[in-house]
Order: sequence, then structure tokens, then C-alpha cells
Amino acid sequence: MGALWALFRHDLRLARRIGGGGTTGVVFFLCLVTVVPFAVGPDLNLLSRIGPAILWIAALLSTLLGLDRLFGSDHEDGSLDLLRTAGTPLELVVAVKCLAHWCTTGLPLVLVSPVFGLMLALDGPSLGGVAATLLVGTPALTCLGAIGAALTVSLRRGGLLLPVLVIPLAIPVLIFGVSAAAAAGGGTVPFVTPFLALCGLTLLALAGTPFAAAAALRLTAE
Amino acid sequence: MTRPAPLTLAVAGLAAERGGRSVFADLSFAARGGEALGVVGRNGAGKSTLLRVLAGLLRPAAGRVALDPPDARDPDAPVGERAHYLGHLDALKPALTPLDHLEAAAALLGRGGGRGAPSGGPAPATPDEALDRVALGHAADLPCATLSAGQRRRVALARLLVAARPLWLLDEPSTALDLGSQAVLRGMMRDHLAAGGLIVAATHGPLGLDGTRELRLERRA
Repeated sequence: MGALWALFRHDLRLARRIGGGGTTGVVFFLCLVTVVPFAVGPDLNLLSRIGPAILWIAALLSTLLGLDRLFGSDHEDGSLDLLRTAGTPLELVVAVKCLAHWCTTGLPLVLVSPVFGLMLALDGPSLGGVAATLLVGTPALTCLGAIGAALTVSLRRGGLLLPVLVIPLAIPVLIFGVSAAAAAGGGTVPFVTPFLALCGLTLLALAGTPFAAAAALRLTAE
Repeated sequence: MTRPAPLTLAVAGLAAERGGRSVFADLSFAARGGEALGVVGRNGAGKSTLLRVLAGLLRPAAGRVALDPPDARDPDAPVGERAHYLGHLDALKPALTPLDHLEAAAALLGRGGGRGAPSGGPAPATPDEALDRVALGHAADLPCATLSAGQRRRVALARLLVAARPLWLLDEPSTALDLGSQAVLRGMMRDHLAAGGLIVAATHGPLGLDGTRELRLERRA
């Protein structure tokens, strides 16, 4: 337990010192959200209708941004060898690294999403819906990305391959996330139905990722 | 204090492959606690591969590695979890300080965070003591990006001290070290052996320890 807590603190400290992680993701998120109104025009009704989808796509792309460093830097500088000889199972190490990564990249996106939603003319219930679905959905995105990151860890240009691997896997999360966020703003579908499906997907990703990513790391790091 | 039974590293019929090609095959040797084994051989003879197999980082194609007697607290621990692996890479993050690294290493590599000495090897040092030992006490709070190659190597060496593990697997441990630091390394290895630990080191030069046995790997055609 002490070892996992130390690893969590180590990763958070690293993210803070490098300064990239969260801030870059949030700025990228902001860029994507501001660019869309310029592309589709200043039609407020249209923007508020597609707003949840814009926020979700922006969150997905921002999540992908830092993922190649999740295991990549540890592989390059030899830290991964240390983690593999640690007395802690690699599955738990992966889970803790994902948690630390989500805290520094996913959580900031959730926190700023209501503010950015205002820029897309979303009403109150929709803002809440987007924030709630992102809070539940971004851990799934981080987890799916971690599997991709583990698979591409030994590839020099893995950062380019990673989105190609991860985006198809993220489609179900996107579908239920956006439909729940949109349902929060009104419509015929109740909010709870797609939201529970999203929760289920996230739980599945949380349960499966440590094993899948650890197996991929063992395989590719040899 | 009674001395525990001496450690034995037993390797039988070990074979390894890299990229589908055999690196070494049918390798058998044994080493006992207090002994240092110098792995020598030309470039590409498989020294690093052997160390990575011993550390459990590479799966052997055949054979087995055992470290007896088993760990008192965790009898099922694989050899890799009872070994320090010091590879070519120092495993340091440029943005973090030596102290950050050693605190994390003490928690991750040490067993249960306890300060008690397991069989083989001296008791673990605190991160500050370890840094003083490698003469880096003054640089404890500097980011690793500002350290020289030799200083970075010394931080990696200090990691051997903060967690007590009976088997040291060292791959070219003296790379980038100046003469004074090489003497410190020799002192660390002597202390480890004197406390009943085991060292397997891949080197091109002499280890500088009395009673080092040599394990020669030949490059296979």
C-alpha cells in the first residue's frame, strides 16, 4: 500500500514539475471548443444543440494528447524495468499510474467543461449533464488510452499510432456520453438510461485495463 | 545475532533468445552469498541479456533461476523481486531530484517499507544516508537534468542502498564514474558481500574485488 501511494505521489510530482500534463490538455480543450463556432458559424441554436458533442469530442482528443508519455518515458529512461522488479504486481502499478494520469489530465477537463460549455450557449441542465458524463466517462477514455499506450510503448513513433488504436475503442463511450449529456438538456430519452450504460462501460474499462495494459507491457517491453 | 543460511543463486540450463536468435544456451552456474560473479565477454556475447533474464525482465527460452533459501517474509517472491537491477539506463526523470527518486525507490523496491534487514545484504539506508554515501548530499534537491552523467550514475547506485535486496545485478556499473566514485562503488559492493549478499556484474574491466569469479560468455556464431 505504501509503495502504491509513493508511486502515485511520484507521478503527481512529476506531472507538476514538468508542468505540461493538465494545463496543456486544458488549453488544447479550449482551442478545440473555440474553433468549432468559427467553423459552423454563430448560430446559437445549432451550437447549443451540438454543444455536448463538441465538448465530448474535444475531451476525447485532449485525453489522447498526453497518453503516449504514460508509459513511453518510463520505457525510454529505464524506470519501467524498476517498476517491473518492484514487489508490487504490475497490474496495480498500471492502475495507479492511470489514476495519477487521470487526476492530472482528465479531472481538469471535467472541472473546466461547464465554463467552456457556456461558450457554446449550453443551458444549465446541459452544463451539468456534460460535466457529469465527463466525470464518469473520462476515466474510461484514460483506461482505453492506457492499453494503447502500453501496446505502443516500444515504438519510436507510437504517439501517432496511439490515436488510431484508441479512437475506435472509444466510440461506445462517446455514443453513450454524448447521448446522456444531450438528454440532460431535454428530449425524449431520460438522462439515466444512457448514463447508466456509460457507467457500465467505465466500470468495464476500469476492471479490464490493468490486466490488459500490464500484459501488453510485459509482452512489448521484452 | 545468528547468521541466516547463506544464499545460493542457482542457474540451470538457461537459454535466451533475442529476435528469434539464440544468444546463449545451456548455461549453468551457481554463486553463494558473499560471492561476486563477473560476467565477461565480447560485445554482443549476451551479458546484458543474461542480467535481464536473471532479473525476470526477459523470459528465458529454457532453464530456471532460483535464489535459495526463499525470502522469509514472502516465500513465493520471484528472483527479480529480490534483486536490484541496474541497467545501462539510470531511470531518472530530468525534472525530479535525486531525493524524489530515492524516496520512491525505497517505497517501491523495499519490502513493506520495513527497515529490518532481510537475509543477505546490509540494512537499507535512508535516502539522505545513501546520497551521502555516493557523495551527492549537496545535490539532493537539484533536478536531475542539471547533473552530469557520472552524478546521475551515482544516484542510480544510491538506489541499491535504500532498499535491501540480496542479489545485485549490475550492468556496467562503473560507466561514467570517476576514480573516486569507482572506489565508492567498490566499497558498496564489499559491504554488500560482507553482509552475505550476492553480486552478478557485467563488466569489461576488473571489478576490483577479491575473490571475484569469472563467468565467460562466448559469442555464438
